[in-house]
This record gives sequence, structure tokens and C-alpha cells, in this order.
Amino acid sequence: MKQYVMGNGAIALGALAAGVGLAAGYPGTPSSEIIENIARNAGEGVHVEWSVNEKAAMEVAAAAAYSGVRAIVTMKQMGLNVAADPMMCLAYVGVKGGLVVVSADDPGPISSQTEQDSRRFADFARVPVFDPSSPEEAYQMVQDAFEMSERYGTPVILRPTTRVNHGYAAIETPESFHPKAAEGFIRDPRKWVIFPRASYLNHGRIESRNTELAGVLSGYRYNTVEGPGNAETGGKAIVASGISYAYAKECLGAKPPVRLIRIATAFPFPEEFMVKALEGVQEVLVTEELSPYIEEQIWKTAGRHGLSLKIHGKLDGTMPHNGEYSTELISAAVNAFTGLQTGSSPISTDDAPALPVRPPVLCAGCPHRASFYAVKRAMQGQKAVFCGDIGCYTLGNAQPLDMVDTCLCMGAGITMAQGFAHTDPDIKAFAFVGDSTFFASGMTGVVNALYNEADMVLCILDNATTAMTGHQPHPGTGRNMAGHIVDKVDIGAVLRGMGVKTVETINPLELDKATEAVRRAAQEKGVKAIIFRSPCVALSKPTGKHAVDAKKCIGCRKCIREIGCPALLYEQGKARIDRNLCAGCGLCAQICPAGAIGGEKSE
Amino acid sequence: MNKDIMICGVGGQGTVLASKIIASAAMAEGNPVHSAETIGMAQRGGSVTSHVRIGQDAFSPLIPYGHADLILSFEPAEAVRNLKYLHPEGMVIVNTTAMKPVNESLKPSGYEGETMTAYLKEKCCCLPVNAEEVSAPFGSTKFFNIIMLGIAAGSGRLGIGAETIAREMEKRIPERFLEANRKAFETGYRIGQESQSI
Repeated sequence: MKQYVMGNGAIALGALAAGVGLAAGYPGTPSSEIIENIARNAGEGVHVEWSVNEKAAMEVAAAAAYSGVRAIVTMKQMGLNVAADPMMCLAYVGVKGGLVVVSADDPGPISSQTEQDSRRFADFARVPVFDPSSPEEAYQMVQDAFEMSERYGTPVILRPTTRVNHGYAAIETPESFHPKAAEGFIRDPRKWVIFPRASYLNHGRIESRNTELAGVLSGYRYNTVEGPGNAETGGKAIVASGISYAYAKECLGAKPPVRLIRIATAFPFPEEFMVKALEGVQEVLVTEELSPYIEEQIWKTAGRHGLSLKIHGKLDGTMPHNGEYSTELISAAVNAFTGLQTGSSPISTDDAPALPVRPPVLCAGCPHRASFYAVKRAMQGQKAVFCGDIGCYTLGNAQPLDMVDTCLCMGAGITMAQGFAHTDPDIKAFAFVGDSTFFASGMTGVVNALYNEADMVLCILDNATTAMTGHQPHPGTGRNMAGHIVDKVDIGAVLRGMGVKTVETINPLELDKATEAVRRAAQEKGVKAIIFRSPCVALSKPTGKHAVDAKKCIGCRKCIREIGCPALLYEQGKARIDRNLCAGCGLCAQICPAGAIGGEKSE
Repeated sequence: MNKDIMICGVGGQGTVLASKIIASAAMAEGNPVHSAETIGMAQRGGSVTSHVRIGQDAFSPLIPYGHADLILSFEPAEAVRNLKYLHPEGMVIVNTTAMKPVNESLKPSGYEGETMTAYLKEKCCCLPVNAEEVSAPFGSTKFFNIIMLGIAAGSGRLGIGAETIAREMEKRIPERFLEANRKAFETGYRIGQESQSI
């Protein structure tokens, strides 16, 4: 069966073709659609879940793999930090059923806090890593990864990058999928219980296994050499990995005129293969996004084998360390390195008029806008710090709301607010956290605040979904990835159960009530929580449209200056609402000093 | 057939559906197809692009500069932003109605759609379309993405049959919206055909 799917769909189908029996993950761009595609295509007997966070996902999958079931865990690169604890330990303990960890890297970064490189994580954890350069390869490699994982009893990382995750291609798959049979968990405390002595022994075994794997991977079908043979290399070669290989091929064509070496398995590094590929070569250009991992391995290889080799890449400043690569960037580097003339001459746009900047913004009608505005209004003129977090509501930083003073990593807002409160007793410390992030990594922070007597206001922006990554369900939604209706985990009850005495739930779109609730909470001592509850505007039906009465509008621009809704425009001295964008939230109508904005109810 | 088609605009304009229909229609006609979408934070009102690459010779998921045979731009400034992707012989179909970002209302930089359209006309083969005018019979700009698809098909630059596209629309669009979308496609198709005679 041929299916036209996203790279993430290809990974999902590859895992199913490999007989995966359990899939767990936490949403994160660019990895989110893998779990969704597994759920959509899985047959009977496959457990699929959105776990509460990546650490939970890794541990759920570990147990499946201990039982001989093939399991996959999916996350973005930041998620692997959260799952680092079980990942590092699991590398020592090992697995029985294949366990593939997909950690999707995000060069740019396009939707992430860092440009970290999961290939380095594989090296750190001493587990093999596969690096696909296209959705088609990802489909094959995830299956190869399962084979290797099971044969060598180790977790294996598949490291795609954004352009592979979000690229579409046609994939030929079996008609139906069946999970590989497993014998179940067999008790063996000496194997499954991690102890210093066992880890000492396993550490030795892991290193000898990796030496063996480096040899095995030297024959891997996706570690390839193309272009001229040893006699006519011209002394030069280009090394590429992942999507950079696709860009290099785009420049050099189906039959490269210069030697092109592709490394698909960065760790354990296929040294034997590389030494052979470099025969007749005196100078290499290494093109890889993120960190200079392969470049460093070539330095080591050259040192160990006494190769006389000039190595160009990130370390000598030839290639940039940061940002995404492109066909154009690699083409320019290839041309400078080889004297070839690759690439095309596009229309020059140097004389183009100045282009508008489009930073991402909260959608028109987004309830987060109302929540931020209520807090801003309540705290006007007071010394306060607003700790943000990861999700759509990070966009509360944009002008004119300008309500995010810090954003670090998942759940950090809650704990950072405490640090600010402890070091400055005069400051009102606020933390904003979304519902999904609260479950993922917010709860322990609340306990920390209670235990250590922090004064803070916790604002939970509960829009009943994981919006930024594409509207995944979470424990508060009453729905799970298996498609079942389940008991909702009630955020208010969780907070009260922990010991938070003031927990108020309000509708942020009722601005005056919301503002009052914030004022009350800010005056109290201790840990106070306000749950701003209103569904994501992308998932709820518009309640009607609003319009500006031009006769009443005094042109003061207060609506535009203060809330920054994309549906609000200013034309010929008056405000206007774009009907195509307005969701009818009514926030602008509540702040208009002239009463010029009114709603029309939808029928 | 080797063809590179770019669809660009602002997050939320319906560019993804248009690109998916083009890609699956090209595949239905037996071509190898690759495409790429902007997904993630930029979808919230940022610049978005879809790259559809038809044919054997595409390695990168993104169209290289100077390669696009056709750019379908849902916004005038986005067409200019992505003009570097256009093949010198290629064509731009552009919505002339500007989507002004929020910061434009706060601190106007003087951005006007007309300036962008005028620039495009000077630089390349360009077919301007006013989204609000052509969408007027439909009551909102909700179907503009399908009108654009129709224009692209009618212009003859897509290299894909209108019937194939219609079949793909049937697969992807819910029954109750299908009739309006068909009309939108036909409206666009006529505009595209007329442009050929110019």
C-alpha cells in the first residue's frame, strides 16, 4: 500500500512495520505527529499513549521492552533532557524487546529553546544513533534501529531533524501491521535491577559492544560513498549527514562530480568505513547541522590512522555552528571548496521594498490574551515579575501585552517565581503555566512552593488542550490517545490536594471578574492559584463576531495599543475588526472606553 | 515531469490544504512527489511556506532558490519575501490584499500591499488577484485557498489536470463543504484561464 505521509508518518509506519507493540511520547515540535500516526494506523494489540512527559514515556516503554515487546518513545530534543535519567540508566541495563527512542532535533531553532544535538546524547549515553536524510530513509532506518536494538540488547536513538520530520513522501507499506509476539517479563533481578556492581560490568560490555558495532556499521547500507574513485578524487571529498546530505545531493546531482561521503550512523562512528572512503583524499569539507560531531570523529580518525588530511567544517569557521543549513548555504561552501559552479541564479531582490516582520502571535480570540491582560491590569503600578513557560502562551511576550519576563524550560516558571519571591520580598511573583505543561512538569514545583513557604500566584491557563504542538489531549481533557473517554484529572482538585488553600477558577473572557480575582490573590500570603479556564479558540466554535460602530469610535486606539489582537485594525482614524479573523471573544468590547464595539451573536 | 511549486502566506490562511491537494493530485497522475510544510510556532500568524516538488530530480525537501515554476502567494509581501525561489521564467499568482501584522497597527512602517504588487509586476510574470473581490460571492475569504488552487490549475502552470484536482478535493474536504469548494475552484479556474489569453 502506498501512502503519502509526513516524515513523522513514515517513522510511525516504519515502527508499525517493525512490529511495535507499545508507543509512548510527549508532544513537541517537530516530533508530535509520530504518536498520532501510530494511533491512526495501529492494529489490535498496540498500546499507544501520550504520556504525561518524556520521562514517563521512556519508563513505560522500558518495561515493555523488558518484556520482549518492541517499543518506541518519541519526543523533541528538549524532551530527551527530561527523559535523560531513565535513558542513561537504561543504556546500562539494556533491553530485550527492541526499544527505539526518537529524538527530533530542530536546527534553526525553529520551535525550540536550544540547538542541541541528539547525536551527542547518543555518544553520552553510549547507544547507537541513526540519522535519516529523508522520510523514505526514516521509514527504513526505524526498522533497522529495531533490529539492532534487539540483537544487541540496547536502546537505539533515531535522530531526525525538522525538515525530515515535516517533509512529505510516498511510502510503500504492508496492508496491515501486527505487533511482534513477546514472551512477557521474565524475573531476573541480576539483570533488571540496576546496582553499582552490575553497572561496572555492563559499562565494560557496552564499550566492547560499541567497538563491534562500529565495525558492523561500517558496512551499513546508508553509510555511502558516491562520485569519483580513488584515482580521480582530485584529493577532495565532501562529508554530509542527515538533511545536509539531501542539500549536498541537490547541489551535486544524482552523479556527484566530487566524492560525496554520507554518514548515517554518527555513533558508534564507522571508522573503518571512513578510512576507506578517505583513500586518495587530502582535504574534506564536512557539512552537518547543529554540532560538529562527525567533524570531530574525522579528526580522531585522522589522528589515529596518521592520515594527512585538511578538515574544513565548523571548527575552522568554514561552516556556521548555528542555524539551519540549506541547499544555498551548502552550494556556496561546495563551490568555494571545489571550484565547481553549483546552484542557480535567482531573481535579485536586493531592491525589494521593506518587508513587514511577522513574529508569531496569539490567535484572534485566544483566551490567553484575556488572562494576561487581566493580570496586567490588576498589577498595574505594582512591582511584579511574570514567569512564563513553554506553550502558546510564551507568545504573551509579544507587544503590546509584554507579559513574559522569563521563559526557561518546561515547568520552570513555577519554580523560578519562588526564587524571585525569596530574593525580593517586595515583589509579587507570578507564574503562568498551561494545562498540559502543568501535568508534564508543573506539579512538583507547586509542592516545592508549599513546602518552602513561597509567596506566589500561580496562573494556570487552562484551554483544555496542548495547543502549540497541534492540539493533543492530556490528563485534564478526559480523552486519551487510545481514543477512550477517561476520568478527567481535575487541576483544581490536584492543587487543593497538595495543600493550596486558595484556588479560584474563573473565565478570563469576563475581564472585570478575572481582574478582581487576580487582585485578591496578589494580596494574600502563600501559594495562591487562579485557573483561567476557557477553551482554545482553534477548537471551539466562534460565539459570534464583533464590529466597531464607526460613529461611536473616538479613534483612541486603546483596543489596539493594549491587547494586540490580530483582528483589530486601524484605518482612517477608526478601529475596525476583520470579520474573517474575529472569534467573538469580546475582550476588545470590554475595554473600549467609548462603548463602540458590539457583538453580533451567531445564529 | 519536473515541477517545483511554492505556496506561501501567513499562518491560518489555508495554504496547507492547497499544497496537500496539489501534491496528492500530482501523485495521482503518477509523478514522484515530495513536499514540506511550515509547522509549529510560525503557524500562529507568522510567515508560512509549503514546497511541492514534483519529479525524479528533487533531493532537498525545500525548493532551491531560482527553481520554482509557480508561486501561489496568499499575501503580497510574502510573495516578495519568497521571490528568490522563483525561476526567472516562473509565474507568481498573488493575493493583493495585505495581511498586516499586529505590530504594524502598533508601529506603522507604512507597509501597503500595492507597493509589493507593483514590485512583483516589475520583476516577474505576475497575476494579481484580489481575495476579497473574488471571495465576495462566497460571503467570506474562507474558500480563497481553493479559489487560488483553481487559478493555478486554470493558468496551465500546474501541469496537473483539473479533474484530478477535483477528485483529490473530494477525498480531503468534508461532504457538506464540497459544493461551495467546487464553486470556488471553478471561479478560480476561469480566472486562471483568462490569464492565459493576456
